[in-house]
This record gives sequence, C-alpha cells and structure tokens, in this order.
Amino acid sequence: MTEPELIPHLFRTEYSRITAVLSKIFGLDNVEIAEDIASETFLTAVETWPYKGIPANPPAWLYTVAKNKAKNYLKHHKVFSEKIESQIKHNLISAEEMEIDLSEKNISDSQLQMLFAICHPAISPESQISLALRILCGFGIDEIADAFLTNKETINKRMFRAKEKLRNEKVAIAFPGNHEIENRLENVLRTIYLLFSEGYYSEREDTVIRKELCLEAMKLTYLLLENELTNRPSTNALMALMCFHASRLDARRDENGEMILYKDQDISLWNTELIEKGNFFLQKAFGGNSTSKYYLEACIAYWHTLKEDSKEKWESILQLYNFLLQIEYSPMAALNRTFALSKARGKKEAIMEAEKLNLDQNHFYFILLSELYKDIDNEKVKLNLKKALAFAKTKAERKAIQKKMYSL
Amino acid sequence: MKEFALIFRHPNATGKVSPEQMQQWMKIQNDWVGSIAAQNKFVSGTGLLFDDAKVVHHKGIVTNGPFGEIKETLGGFIIVKAENAEEAAEIAKGAAVLVGDGNTVEVREILRTR
Repeated sequence: MTEPELIPHLFRTEYSRITAVLSKIFGLDNVEIAEDIASETFLTAVETWPYKGIPANPPAWLYTVAKNKAKNYLKHHKVFSEKIESQIKHNLISAEEMEIDLSEKNISDSQLQMLFAICHPAISPESQISLALRILCGFGIDEIADAFLTNKETINKRMFRAKEKLRNEKVAIAFPGNHEIENRLENVLRTIYLLFSEGYYSEREDTVIRKELCLEAMKLTYLLLENELTNRPSTNALMALMCFHASRLDARRDENGEMILYKDQDISLWNTELIEKGNFFLQKAFGGNSTSKYYLEACIAYWHTLKEDSKEKWESILQLYNFLLQIEYSPMAALNRTFALSKARGKKEAIMEAEKLNLDQNHFYFILLSELYKDIDNEKVKLNLKKALAFAKTKAERKAIQKKMYSL
Repeated sequence: MKEFALIFRHPNATGKVSPEQMQQWMKIQNDWVGSIAAQNKFVSGTGLLFDDAKVVHHKGIVTNGPFGEIKETLGGFIIVKAENAEEAAEIAKGAAVLVGDGNTVEVREILRTR
C-alpha cells in the first residue's frame, strides 16, 4: 500500500481503537479528549512519515505516539489527571505512570465496552448510530451527516446532547453485569441492525456510502462474535442475516443507482462467498432458549438466496413470517407475509388476507395489491397503481410505479 | 382497542393425537395466528401441552390430569386486540381447534386494572 492510501486506511481501523482505549481510561465524559489525542496522533503521522519514511509497523508506531501524547496530556493537566486517578481503582500509581494497554485484547475489549456504553437505551437510536459511526467506525461528521441525509450542525447537536445524556446517566464504559447482558446486548444488536438497514435500504444513489455502512455494521458484529460473552445465537443470527443481505448488494442496483427487484436480479452478481458465510453463521445461530427475530429474518434471507421457486421455499417463508410477526409487527413484514402467501397458496387467498391488513396509507400495500390482481382483474391493477403513486414518498419510488403503469 | 382472550376448549380431550393430525392442526393454527399478527392484532398466546399435566384439587390434592373425572380441558389461548367482542368472535372463527367437532373457542374480554 502506498502512503497516500495507507493513512486513510489506518485511520479507519486505528483511530477508533485508540479512541476506545483512551476513552476507557478517561471515562465517557472525556471522549472528546480521547478523540483529540487520536486525531493528533494521525496528524503527527501525516507530518513525519513523508520525511522519515513509513515505519516498519505503522499501527505500533501510532500506539506509541498515542501513549506519549496521552501521558503528556495528563502531565500538563494536573487537575484532570487527579480526577482520573481518583477514578482508577488501584490508584497506587499516578496517572502519568499508568500503563496504557494497547494490546489486541484490551483494544477489542475497550471497543466492545464502548459499544455497550453508546448503545444505551437512555439515548435515541439515531444518536446511538451517530456516536457509533463517529467513535467506533472513525467516520467524520461530514460523512455521518451524509449518511443521515442531513447537515453537520444537526449531527453535532445530536451528538452533543447524546454525550450529555450519557454523562447525566453516569453510563460507564464497561461490560454490563451478567444479569443485564441479555437485555443490553439486544439493544446493541438493534442499533447495529439499524445501522445496516440505513445502508441497505437507503434511498440514496451513492453506492459507496451505502456499502460502507453495511460493512461497518458487520465489523461491529464481528467484534461481538469474537468475545465469548457476546457470541450468542442472536449475534450469529444477525451476522447471518447481514451476510445474506449483503450478498445481493451489487445486484440490487443498476449502473444508475436504480433499484432492481429481487425477481429481476442477475444471480451471477450475488456474492457466493458471503452466502456461504451466512450459512456458517446461521448454523451457529440455532439454539438458545428463545428464537430471536434476527434468526427468523436470517432464515427468510437464507431462502431468498435460493433463486428457484419451489412450494417448499414459499411455504417455509410463509411460516417464518407467521412467527416473525408474532414477535414484532411491522407493515413491511405483514406485506411480505401476504406475498409469500400468494406464492404458497395462490393469489385468491392472498387477496382475502391483504384486504384485512388495514394499511391503506402505505404505497407498498397498493403495489402488492396490484401484483396480486395481475391476470385476475386488470382494472384493479390500474386502480391500485394509481393509489400507490399518490402515496409514494420519493422520486425513485414514483418513477418505479410509473414504469409499471406504462408496461400495462 | 380492547383485548380479548380466545380460549380453546376441548370437551372430550383424550390427549391422543396422531402426529399427522397434529401437523395439520399446527399449520392451520400458524396461518391463523400469522394472519392475526399481520393485522397487528396479536398480543400474546401459547398452546398448552398435555404431557405431564396436573390438576390441583381442594386441600392440595394433586392428580395427573386433566383426564379422568373431568373430560373437558383447555388446549391453549391467545390474546388479540379487537374493537369489540363481535370482532373478536369473528377472528376466533379461524382457530384450528374448531376443526374438531364439539370443540369451542371462548371469547372473554381481558380485565384492565388501570
């Protein structure tokens, strides 16, 4: 890797690792200080490497510099270090002499503990995602604003408020206790799932950002899988789900960034390696005392990796949606269940069920109805597409519906 | 929205069902519950196993049951959201238990303490 590529690459991986370890020492109140030290470390790298050459082990070099900077900071901010010292449990040593542990194990533990701290139910899901992207994924404020289709000020404000809230709640960078871990892990998984969905279902045309969000979500899940405390069936289920979905990332959009429906996708663009990984994690996801929603969704996604239609496929998908909806209702799952019903039992039965859904503000509902009425009642196809057009929210959606209308 | 318990009653339960029959019922039941859930009207519910069932009597006497002197038993229940008892009864019509002649679904509104 050449130097211009190396620093951004290292930044993505090492920035968050340094920040996590330092924040763990300084406390969640002082994440900004940890972030500043991590940023300065990279600044030093940018300033010195062009002249002195790239060090033999760049991450080790960064860690040494970060350690020195952290110690310097503590030396020059006596009040701060005294505060830190009082927080360190075995404070026989001064903050300056304290060992800053940048071993592989401590890095991943710190990142994981940070993940738990950030994914705290006290703050909103958007704030959790923003903080995770900033602190754990090394995203810039610009990039986060871009991901949420908003501006820098909004993100800055959101993060400021979230940090304040975490401070008031006295949230610590630590693993939750044993009796708590199940619940807290559920919240962490939910945040990661939202982060992934933000990338996967985003309306934006920029494929690079979408892919990156998906990738970051998978990296965070990987972190959870590497620790036995958090390597649970539901964590594996989430990973399987993301692998299956991600396997179709390249097939879902054409070169203009427009959505390609599942049934029209080019299978040769599906990533078989990710599908195999998905299968691997799905096997590990089985078990535990309760079936997680991620497990059911992963099973549904598994069936979608088999392109060929079969009675068994749609019957299985239908049953999975039956259970998924009992765990958690969502309009999308209700519509997908009805679609699976039409494939497994025929359109007549599906239309009867669709009538009961009570989703008559939802454009996807009318698109589904128009599909179900195809070859049965052409007038109803047209009528439902018209309704869908009226409720569509984005330009891309309207365009797709109009395309269907013209093809009638 | 009110909540109603739909209780599945078997007047002549023997506890003996063939696996095929069981599978057939399960499928009807799953589709029925799935349909209720797809309408966002499912609250909770469960089937009840016959294996190891007990009946506790007055003065703490415990018998294996519920087969014996009482033939009638419960097969399970679900709780649904509905505007009124009529709607709840309409929903109940799809329950798998009703495939068996003589079986019934009892519809009872859930008492709210708040």
